[in-house]
Amino acid sequence: MCQPEWRRARVQAQRLADLARLRRVRDRIDRHYAQPLNVEALAREVNMSAGHLSRQFRAAYGETLYAYLMTRRIERATALLRRGDLSVTEVCFAVGCGSLGTFTTRFTELVGMPPGALRRQAADAVAGPADAGGAARAAGCASTVEGMPACVAKHVTRPVRIREAVVAGQRLA
Amino acid sequence: MDITIHTSSLPHDDPDASLAFYRDVLGFEVRSDVGQGRMRWITVGPAGRPDTSILLAPPAADPGVTDDERRTITEMMAKGTYGWILLATPDLDATFEKVQAGDTEVVQEPTEQPYGIRDCAFRDPAGNLVRIQELR
Repeated sequence: MCQPEWRRARVQAQRLADLARLRRVRDRIDRHYAQPLNVEALAREVNMSAGHLSRQFRAAYGETLYAYLMTRRIERATALLRRGDLSVTEVCFAVGCGSLGTFTTRFTELVGMPPGALRRQAADAVAGPADAGGAARAAGCASTVEGMPACVAKHVTRPVRIREAVVAGQRLA
Repeated sequence: MDITIHTSSLPHDDPDASLAFYRDVLGFEVRSDVGQGRMRWITVGPAGRPDTSILLAPPAADPGVTDDERRTITEMMAKGTYGWILLATPDLDATFEKVQAGDTEVVQEPTEQPYGIRDCAFRDPAGNLVRIQELR
């Protein structure tokens, strides 16, 4: 008599367990973004097929696993480039990208300028007071998140890949 | 006006697991523990700092929360996009080692951030993000 209820509860419990597994995959990418992670290996660790994991990840988080990984790498790359003591090639390898071409393309796509341009802009913002504010803003430098709690700062400075998120942000502003 | 931040709350989905994390892994003291089963409200906080507490509470316990809303909240907790908190310590590396040894899900090793701080991050058993920042 109660079986439909039980079934629903079982389905929901399974769904929560699946979501928790996806969270672990996502956290693993956050932690080990600089290692040569691939979707197959990540899927094996949580006993899923690569195709199933990719579909589930996208359904839960709105972007593909590979896109999430590249976004994390580029997020870290922008931080390293702003420091100014590493070349673009060094940064590319430091964040786990094997190909400078792919890195530059994805970087430009996400940040809106090539990695070399961001590095120069960050250096200019530090060097000269003339238009330093503008350059700093464009480079999304530390001053724009000063005083924010670290969790929020981390999110605010993240490159946004999901198009809907950008549109929503503009509407709010 | 003289206002302090007294208590902030984080959701749990397994009160015993959350209690074990905040008490045994982070070393917080337990200031109160009421209710039973999944409906438990546990107040914890750092020893020697009685002014600030974290209340570990069942999510969506308000009867005004609809079933759909409750489902959304539990799903967001499971996928790790719901609760978070920022803690701080003078010795980040020692804290990280201790928490990591507690078989906790690590999200980030101690890292120098571009916005001028150094921090690490973990998940608590309910999927809340616990970020710990170095005081300097």
